[in-house]
Amino acid sequence: MSDTAIKIENLRKQYKLGAIGGQTLNAELQSWWARVRGKEDPNMKIGQSAEHFGESFWALDGINLEIKKGEAVGIIGGNGAGKSTLLKILSRVTAPTEGDIWIDGRIASMLEVGTGFHGELTGRENIYMNGAILGMTRKEVDEKIESIIDFSECRQFIDTPVKRYSSGMYVKLAFAVASHLDAEIMVMDEVLAVGDMKFQKKCLGKMGDEAKGGKTVLYVSHNMATIRNLCTRCIVLEKGKMIFDGDVEKAIDIYMNSHSSDLKTEYDLSTFKRVSADLGRKARFKSISILDRGMARFRTDEKMLLDFKWTAHENIDNVLIDLSLKYADGSAVGYTDCRTMLKDYSAGDYETKLEYDISNLAEGIYIAYFHLSEINESNELRDLDQADQIFFEIVNDSMEKTNWQRQYWGSVRLPQLREV
Amino acid sequence: MEQYTTHIKAKTGWFDIDLKELFRYKDLIWLFFKRNYTTIYKQTILGPLWLIFKPLISVLLYAFVFGNLAGLSTSGVPQFVFYLCSNALWTFFATSLTQTSSTFTANAAIMGKVYFPRLVMPISSVLTGMLDLGIQLAMLVIAIAYYSFNGYNFGLGWSLLLVPVLIFQAGLFGLGCGIIIASLTTKYRDLVVLVGFGVQLWMYATPVVYTTEIIPRKYLSVYMLNAMTPIIECFRSVLLGTKTLAWHYWGLSWIVTLIVLTLGVLLFSKIEKTFMDTV
Repeated sequence: MSDTAIKIENLRKQYKLGAIGGQTLNAELQSWWARVRGKEDPNMKIGQSAEHFGESFWALDGINLEIKKGEAVGIIGGNGAGKSTLLKILSRVTAPTEGDIWIDGRIASMLEVGTGFHGELTGRENIYMNGAILGMTRKEVDEKIESIIDFSECRQFIDTPVKRYSSGMYVKLAFAVASHLDAEIMVMDEVLAVGDMKFQKKCLGKMGDEAKGGKTVLYVSHNMATIRNLCTRCIVLEKGKMIFDGDVEKAIDIYMNSHSSDLKTEYDLSTFKRVSADLGRKARFKSISILDRGMARFRTDEKMLLDFKWTAHENIDNVLIDLSLKYADGSAVGYTDCRTMLKDYSAGDYETKLEYDISNLAEGIYIAYFHLSEINESNELRDLDQADQIFFEIVNDSMEKTNWQRQYWGSVRLPQLREV
Repeated sequence: MEQYTTHIKAKTGWFDIDLKELFRYKDLIWLFFKRNYTTIYKQTILGPLWLIFKPLISVLLYAFVFGNLAGLSTSGVPQFVFYLCSNALWTFFATSLTQTSSTFTANAAIMGKVYFPRLVMPISSVLTGMLDLGIQLAMLVIAIAYYSFNGYNFGLGWSLLLVPVLIFQAGLFGLGCGIIIASLTTKYRDLVVLVGFGVQLWMYATPVVYTTEIIPRKYLSVYMLNAMTPIIECFRSVLLGTKTLAWHYWGLSWIVTLIVLTLGVLLFSKIEKTFMDTV
């Protein structure tokens, strides 16, 4: 018996870019026939050279890792760093392209709660169903069902079809099943901490117990606080490679300062193509930079400093910069502007520094749309120029704030309620 | 590396299906089977009664269209029993095939999140079809009893023991065809559309609503390559006492069944590990 729970050797996973399958059989036969005759592929886009077609990228590129029994390992990294791919391979949802993984012990992967839940089945039936999908036998579920029902706080509705459950009850029940899995190795995604505040605390507590109770835990999260709380070791992934493995604090530090192409801080807008010819005619953004950091990633308690360079091509009255903010999925978050800069500008180059207080934004990735606008005589705001798609990320780094449930709470932390 | 219980590796061999593991997941097969049933008939007026009405309506329709209007021969067997018998086995085969063929695409959501032996799904689909078949066979038994009581001789005998064998073969063949299509549909979506249509055409290429008597002798050996033909013919011969040449082709039908099944399982085991990347 060795004390190694998981051993990963030179793990690589390749995904093909462009047309993955997606083609019809007929198209594929045509392409194949063209290749056989050495002709050009009729299904290739014009201008697309043969070398680029079917280009692939490595979602995981040479991961070597050994995890000891009883270790709780956190995995962090930006979007597309390969975290989910690694979890998928470990939970055998997909197979690696190269490399080997040896696992000692039963592995329970929880990439999602409520897999296989069916709305027409009752809570109790779904417990059996979900349990079996996660690899429990009927006997095991029989033994644990009472404890699962208690944990879920849904005893009253346990014989009601789950389609009549509130979304909160649904996830509670689902987590209750997942958390009763009896495996030596747990692979968990952060989405698991679900439900209302109180239940989240309970979930995290349960995960913590598993980690401290000698189980091997692999935990992926964007929430630095829970990583700190749960893990004894932490891995940072970047572009499919492991860039750090070791101490949790150090890992978090590296992650916060690691580069990500989406979160750049310099935007050159002088040559950027505007959506309409009207934009940028009277006045034009030249560049926008986010100051004081290598990448646009912020802790909740930080402030964003922005530097705008812009040109007024003629004399303009009442100019200001405004911001409409969207969440990464495109849903609108809010709007604000800078009234203090409101004055008349003569033709010339200007530099404006703005401070934006982000402390009330919940964690996640945001897209900022800045506009250079004028207020005309009839008090209407008219865009002179716009700078779209300035990405930044907010990272939760405080112990008090648990996982933010965006689907229920939106993206803004409202001011604290105060007793009076 | 013997101390490790699981080895995840890149290359998949041609036969990589762990039957022992499949057996460990028997509870899941059973639960999927139960789920398929309970969910179809929840919130319906007739509930499980549909299991009786559906075949009854098809059989009456067959008897009217093919028996009365088209005047196709049923080898002297009462039309109702003839069509009931053919329809039972054919529906079993057809549902096994169609249900299995959508395994990957219909369950991508579950399979993308958790591992279990992928063969669990097609197997439970075939079992689901088995219940339909059971009910239709019960109806058939009642019908046979009724006609025998009224003086028709079905010539039942020891050959009845072949009934489970024929059903088993139809199930295997349906499973085999289904998993071949399932493996291909992960890449080529147009096959999904083809399946429903194809099965319908296939029914007319198989002696479900007619008998092989109407097939010219010289085409018979080609016609019998369709493994379902001997299966249905023999099934009727055993239960209804019809005479058929199909017995000579039963061995051939088994060979086709096994080839298709092997091919299916091979393709399936090749694809099941990475289908999430292409589906």
